[in-house]
Amino acid sequence: MSKSGILKSTIARKVAMALSAFFLMVFLLQHLIINSTSMVSADTFNDISHFMGTNFLIQYILQPVLLFGVVFHFIMGFVLELKNRKSRSVKYAKNNGAANSSWMSRNMILTGVVILAFLGLHFYDFWIPELITKFGQGNWSGVVEGHEGLRYFGELQHKFVDPVRVGIYCLSFILLSLHLLHGFSSAFQSVGANNKYTRGLKNFGIAYAVLVPLGFVVIALFHHFNHC
Amino acid sequence: MMNLTLRIWRQKDSNSKGRMVDYKVTDISEHMSFLEMMDVLNEQLVNSGEEPVAFDHDCREGICGMCSLYINGEAHGPDRAITTCQLHMRSFKDGDTITIEPWRATAFPVIKDLIVDRMALERIQHAGGFISVNTSGNTQDANSLPISKINADEAMDAAACIGCGACVATCKNASAMLFVGAKVSQYALLPQGQVEAKERVLNMVAQMDKEGFGNCTNTGACEVECPKGISLENIARMNREYLKASILSK
Repeated sequence: MSKSGILKSTIARKVAMALSAFFLMVFLLQHLIINSTSMVSADTFNDISHFMGTNFLIQYILQPVLLFGVVFHFIMGFVLELKNRKSRSVKYAKNNGAANSSWMSRNMILTGVVILAFLGLHFYDFWIPELITKFGQGNWSGVVEGHEGLRYFGELQHKFVDPVRVGIYCLSFILLSLHLLHGFSSAFQSVGANNKYTRGLKNFGIAYAVLVPLGFVVIALFHHFNHC
Repeated sequence: MMNLTLRIWRQKDSNSKGRMVDYKVTDISEHMSFLEMMDVLNEQLVNSGEEPVAFDHDCREGICGMCSLYINGEAHGPDRAITTCQLHMRSFKDGDTITIEPWRATAFPVIKDLIVDRMALERIQHAGGFISVNTSGNTQDANSLPISKINADEAMDAAACIGCGACVATCKNASAMLFVGAKVSQYALLPQGQVEAKERVLNMVAQMDKEGFGNCTNTGACEVECPKGISLENIARMNREYLKASILSK
């Protein structure tokens, strides 16, 4: 088989999807850990954010890799979905999917699209202003007018004042949780890991899928109510 | 005795457009098998000068893998670990409307009514689901090769696949990964299968993709609906075999 044949194969694509998912899940965990410090100490959060926002390795190596991982995961998700739809051109008149599979496993594209829409809002809220400040205005100091000290904690709190935005964030994290409830164990199955550790991995996956999004919900609500 | 309404897919041939048609059947015993109930319907249709409903069946013992039917939204009907021929009318109630459709997959085109062309599965088998053995008289006794009990059992479990296509029919993506996973696994677990292991998995997966089956999204529906209880572990094993073969093949 040619190399291009392997890259086009069902299994290779699913493995690539799983590897990008592993990467994104690790990123999500570190994002939660860093954001959690904002509930404990504004200074700590500011210091970590400034380090992350100005470190060469993170900005010019890890950030592009992260962006590639996100884009790849979404594009591949749509590519796979398109092929899946073509694979059944005539639908069943009656189909009882709930009899043999979970809602989460059957609706990964739906939860994925909601997460994609949320990422658009999240980039609009944080990432694009960050790019404008650093690359547009050339301000890498972390200090701006109207903020005492480093700006990051103040910007975070400001975003969570609007209850509608907080509601959208919370709803998106619930959808993320549903996505992860299937995605975590599915990624391991895709790379061929189904053995004596599978039951433990599934339980760990459920804990991850519930606790990580819940952590983000708690942070959003914490800043909303503390700011008001 | 039960009186039922059957909502059945009727399609003259592969080139015609099909539609759901309602039929009434009366005095159906709960002890009948589902296919016997279909026989009663067909007798009724023949006696009234109508075309009987075409459906696949052969052994009627759950062995041959010929019977199919998507019954009330589930492959092989509402019961677990059985084929359609093993489904009995006691699983239904008097007055029920039962929807009966053919397997739906682009790779399984409808030939007539409830019969679909499942040759795609055969072509995948032909691509590598075998071992090459010289049978000219010097064949080694298979029992002379030491095989661990676990591997022998797992290979036997994988070999239980009858190729009915319920996994494809029930998968929301019409994926054939459970079928191919079982066929790859039954040889991957045995020493006789090692010589052609790399070519086997690469060729079978390539043929599977060529036939137009969908991607596996690990919903697990195939394992639940499989009449022979083929495990998802076989898909994971095939993925490992495929990755290994892709990396190590010349």
